[in-house]
Amino acid sequence: MPINLQMPALSPTMEEGTLAKWLVKEGDEVASGDLLAEIETDKATMEFEAVDEGTIAKIVVAEGTDNVKVGEVIAIIAEEGEDVAAASKGGAESGESSAEKPKKEAPAPKGEEKPAKLSQDVTPKVTDPAPKGDAPASDGERIKVSPLARRLAEQKGVDLGALSGSGPGGRIIKADIDAAEGGSAPVNSQAAAPAPAPAVTPAPAPAANDFDIPHTSEKLSGMRKTIARRLTEAKQTIPHIYLTVDIQLDKLLKLRSELNATLEPRGVKLSVNDLLIKALAVSLMQVPKCNVSIDGDQLKTFARADISVAVSIPGGLITPIITSADTKSLSTISTEMKDLAGRAKDGKLKMHEYQGGTASISNMGMFGIKNFDAVINPPQAMIMAIGAGQKRPHVIDDSLQIATIMSATGSFDHRAIDGADGAQLMQVFKELVENPLGMLA
Amino acid sequence: MAKSYDLIVLGSGPGGYVAAIRASQLGLKTAIVERENLGGICLNWGCIPTKALLRSAEVFHNMKHAADYGLAAEKISADLDAVVKRSRGVANQLNKGVTGLMKKNKIDVVMGDGKIVEKGKVAVKTEKGEEELTAKNIIIATGARARDLPFAKADGKRIWTYRHAMTPPEMPKKLLVIGSGAIGIEFASFYNDMGAEVTVVEMMDRVVPVEDEEISKFLEKSLKKQGMTIMTGAGVKSIETSAKGVKAEIEDSKGKKASHDFSHVIVAVGIQPNVETVGLDELGIEPDERFHIKTDAMCRTNVEGIYAIGDVTGGPWLAHKASHEGVIAVEAIAGGHPHAMDVNNIPGCTYCHPQIASVGLTEAKAKEAGHDVKVGNFPFIGNGKAIALGETEGFIKTVFDAKTGELLGAHMIGAEVTELIQGYTVGKTLETTEAELMNTVFPHPTLSEMMHESVLDAYERVLHM
Repeated sequence: MPINLQMPALSPTMEEGTLAKWLVKEGDEVASGDLLAEIETDKATMEFEAVDEGTIAKIVVAEGTDNVKVGEVIAIIAEEGEDVAAASKGGAESGESSAEKPKKEAPAPKGEEKPAKLSQDVTPKVTDPAPKGDAPASDGERIKVSPLARRLAEQKGVDLGALSGSGPGGRIIKADIDAAEGGSAPVNSQAAAPAPAPAVTPAPAPAANDFDIPHTSEKLSGMRKTIARRLTEAKQTIPHIYLTVDIQLDKLLKLRSELNATLEPRGVKLSVNDLLIKALAVSLMQVPKCNVSIDGDQLKTFARADISVAVSIPGGLITPIITSADTKSLSTISTEMKDLAGRAKDGKLKMHEYQGGTASISNMGMFGIKNFDAVINPPQAMIMAIGAGQKRPHVIDDSLQIATIMSATGSFDHRAIDGADGAQLMQVFKELVENPLGMLA
Repeated sequence: MAKSYDLIVLGSGPGGYVAAIRASQLGLKTAIVERENLGGICLNWGCIPTKALLRSAEVFHNMKHAADYGLAAEKISADLDAVVKRSRGVANQLNKGVTGLMKKNKIDVVMGDGKIVEKGKVAVKTEKGEEELTAKNIIIATGARARDLPFAKADGKRIWTYRHAMTPPEMPKKLLVIGSGAIGIEFASFYNDMGAEVTVVEMMDRVVPVEDEEISKFLEKSLKKQGMTIMTGAGVKSIETSAKGVKAEIEDSKGKKASHDFSHVIVAVGIQPNVETVGLDELGIEPDERFHIKTDAMCRTNVEGIYAIGDVTGGPWLAHKASHEGVIAVEAIAGGHPHAMDVNNIPGCTYCHPQIASVGLTEAKAKEAGHDVKVGNFPFIGNGKAIALGETEGFIKTVFDAKTGELLGAHMIGAEVTELIQGYTVGKTLETTEAELMNTVFPHPTLSEMMHESVLDAYERVLHM
């Protein structure tokens, strides 16, 4: 019977991926262990190895295809002695899940000389393509958890949704709850003699469907878990709308160097970002429909513009807040920002200094990023993504000139903010940055 | 000239041959080295042939009780030679079965004594001379043998190990069994049913000491009722053999020594691992404090590329544990991430009469581990099927964590319980709580209904008591 090659889950949380590249073509013979394809997830590009042997009868999903769901048939392999042409037609239709497979195959080897056929599910080596129904699909969440683990989680107040299971197929088991609680070691250790694990051996990953490339594993830090949870929440619950404007920066850069010259004796040096924080705050006060938050069935409109500023720190990212940035002087913003960023890097921020804020700003200009779409920081309703100021050809008064241009993209919570209101904010922001004296007054 | 493989398995018992089959399934070129019989002790000299013997004993027992069922059986007798012959036939058939499995899976069988001479290299002394095999990975599955008593070395005439007891030179009239673990009790039960006068001496304060205390107590009573003499907390101090029989000095639980005469002795005081000829020292493979090979959760030894499974490693020393470890080791070798073994989910079965089966923690061990427990107990006498079978002796006990409802252990004694225990084992492996067990529909009329009732009893909801 032709074998349906399914999109593998290359990590316990993977739901879909990009089929970046096929390393085989139709008609190629493959043996167990051959590299079949490169698959990209949001995290990494990984190689997909063959488990079965046979001939590639048909490539179902072309390379370069994005968002291929885990478990989707991506190719069909004809087994030895099978008609490749027939297999290429027949295989895909059956669409059987791996769970059904062993049953059907079991009787086959009887009386045959051939060693029992290796189907995808019997070896944990490559993947364990989760049957579609089991994947934590966007429609209806099903958490795989043992009865005991479910009860322990209830009793101990552990959030099952925040755990990744180490049982078969990512099932959450007792050991995972114990680990989450910081309790005793997983059950496994009972069987383990003092492990003399050779140094070269990669840590045995608990996830059954983990990938087999040598790797190191480390437990997620608290910050990483928070980032993961909040960003997922944002992308899953907030319908984002993105609005981009190109902003001429020359006047702001000129103003900045003039101000810095006069501020030098006071030991203050304004960054472009300091000015942009102020510009965003002033814009938000001018367009209050964007200085909002959805709270259950209510819309809050804030009377102050507190700007959360994304600061990259070792091991993650944090967003210290400049409160009332609309009313603060640039030098105050600059001084505060320097202090907050410094303490953020040392991990010494107080909770109120990074929790709250009415909108965010994230600047990747220093990395040469032209423009990007940022993820909203809930419960806020907007974030401004700042690209690099670059000399670009620019049409000014109907003639092509060179100007320093910066692209800024606002991400808006479309439930709370209409496109036109978001556009108005972008317009005001652009106006302020292009004519920066407006924010000094 | 060395033949090269992906994997060499030393020993073809239930650990080794299963490992070899799994390796072949995963595409590894595999050789298996065996010095005696394919299938190892389990299949040739252990689990299987003893079950054949015990089946004969059971049928014989039923024949003797034919009248209980309204039947008549007169002039019944047992022919030990014929019983043993049947048992050997069963072992032989399965040995051939394993031979066939090796062939089907294209596994090279090398008959001879294997020794790891260096990492990745095994020398086998075969009939034709020495053969050299090489492989990146080696699994040691050489098993174990009966432990000797220094003052009672088995001679096969008067002093037997399990192996002699399986092919006895004659029917013992008065038998002393030293040790009341699974092996000792099974032979005691067999020879008792066959008509011998049996005495069991156990050093610990109860028979089958690894089982739950209530099981031990119940079994002791039952064996005594069947006519056995049971001496617990007792020790055999010396043994003298003569042409007529055996004189044993036994110290009882009160410290009183007395001399007893027996026709034969079975020594069943545990096992010792077959590690001497494997080459452990030369390779620096670490043993544990009982000289079994130390392994981690993936059956790796401290030497890279060398794995160990089954009786040659730490306990429990059971065939099914060995087989399961064989699969784990091979999947780890093939680069997979097999699940690690949880000893609490390995069931144990003893085929004495009545049978014993258990999984997980005993009540005492559960309390020792700090659990607040809920205990259920249901007797065979309350089960319709048991009464219909005429097997009303026994009970099923379950132990739960009172707080979480985790099934910690299950302990059974009575007819056919060895066929029931896997129900609880599946439940434990799936991490069941009492709720799922209560919600499970058990078929009527079966002995398995007692499994349900025992759980209900733990939560004071028992129906048929």
